[in-house]
Amino acid sequence: MNPLAQIGMVVRALFEEVGKLTVFTKNALFPGLVPPTYVRQILQQMLRIGYNSLPVVGLTAFFTGGVLALQIYIGGSRYNAESLVASIVALGITRELGPVLAGLMVAGRVSAAIAAELGTMRVTEQIDALITLSTNPYKYLVAPRLIAAVLTLPLLVMIADTIGIMGGYIVGTRSLGFNSGVYIKNTVDFLEFGDVFSGLVKSAVFGFIIALMGCYHGFNSRGGAQGVGRATTNAVVSASILILAANYVLTSLLFTE
Amino acid sequence: MSEDAHIALKDLHKSFGPKRVLNGLNVSVDKGHSLVVIGGSGTGKSVMLKCILGLLQPDAGSIKIGGQEVVGLTGPARDAVLSRFGMLFQGAALFDSLNVWQNVAFALIQGKKMAKAEAYNIARSKLEQVGLGPEVANLFPSELSGGMQKRVGLARAIAAEPEIIFFDEPTTGLDPIMADIINDLIVSCVRQLGATTITITHDMSSARKIADDIAMIYQGEIIWQGTAEEIEDSGNAHVNQFINGLADGPIQMDQSTA
Repeated sequence: MNPLAQIGMVVRALFEEVGKLTVFTKNALFPGLVPPTYVRQILQQMLRIGYNSLPVVGLTAFFTGGVLALQIYIGGSRYNAESLVASIVALGITRELGPVLAGLMVAGRVSAAIAAELGTMRVTEQIDALITLSTNPYKYLVAPRLIAAVLTLPLLVMIADTIGIMGGYIVGTRSLGFNSGVYIKNTVDFLEFGDVFSGLVKSAVFGFIIALMGCYHGFNSRGGAQGVGRATTNAVVSASILILAANYVLTSLLFTE
Repeated sequence: MSEDAHIALKDLHKSFGPKRVLNGLNVSVDKGHSLVVIGGSGTGKSVMLKCILGLLQPDAGSIKIGGQEVVGLTGPARDAVLSRFGMLFQGAALFDSLNVWQNVAFALIQGKKMAKAEAYNIARSKLEQVGLGPEVANLFPSELSGGMQKRVGLARAIAAEPEIIFFDEPTTGLDPIMADIINDLIVSCVRQLGATTITITHDMSSARKIADDIAMIYQGEIIWQGTAEEIEDSGNAHVNQFINGLADGPIQMDQSTA
């Protein structure tokens, strides 16, 4: 086959996918976010996305905070800058690692769950059934998940920030020999509101990406159990990559000084 | 075919890529009549129903419901048309996250904004109509057998008292006795509502029981239409082969899809 034709096919497929995703997003936002909204569905999804992700996100944050303290201590000691541990842990967690790692963990949990659920609904004709019962599936299924994820991810990240800093504090005071009061003072003095806020803005965007990828791939899954499996994988992979890409774009555009 | 048909499909075309599924399909159903469309797998039966419901967009042709053209309708206009329909899906397509009565009452609560208590009572009476007792109302679809799921699907299809009901392979996957029970329920529910129905099936005993009229679809076209009695001696070789279940005849199954 002509190699140019193959390149063309790949490029065309890419644009087709971007176009489909754009139309999907428009449908999810336009009829989806116009009232009346399904409040019950939103609350249910907030519970599933937020509350049920707490253990995973908490553990991730705790160990990340701990390991960050250890690494910074090792690096810092080469320049006699061990005292920076508390402030760099706080900065690293709130600006970067809290939102990104929480986002990635939730992407693994939630994108996959959403894609599997909507994918199964698609292949068992439940989405068609919704339409025949005069209910817009974008409004009933997609919009509540998007809203719930955008609202809950920042809440999760606030908790992750707290637990991550606490992880650093525990390692710092128990095994690195920092004074507890000094460690806390360094954390509080150095941290600015903007550090935390930028992380929360990022996490809301990540929440949107997570729910959108789960819904999009689930909604468009085809071909039985295999199709649902493929949709689940695609949802997690694309959500993770988009989170990392969006993180770079957001940081470079909005949150550099 | 009468001019004032309740559902009239004219010259309907639909392709998926290079594959032509509907190829100039014409069919009509009179008000209160029951049309059964028979035909092999992959001949376009389901695509026809999905085009009428607007789940798929036909490439060309006209679909009229009670004289109103419905091709291309979207938004509230489409919702208004859909509220006149009920559908029983092949796998029942019950919502797993809702229990039985919430499934049955779905169109009443979400579509017609009916109060919960009232919707619950209607759901209970519809369940009774399909032979299910109150103990089933709070079970979830995954706890039901295939036959019971079909019954709940039927109760959901008739809950909003639609004027048109579609049945997609209502007896597929059921044992012969349960299939006959479902056929009886369909006949009695439809008669009580006075609804116009289209059933697609390849189960001839089901077709004979439900149908006023039968149409045979082959390669995306209706090749024969007549009353349920006439089909036994249609004089059409394709129809004869299909209703008698013969491997030999003018219909050659494509070996790659068989």
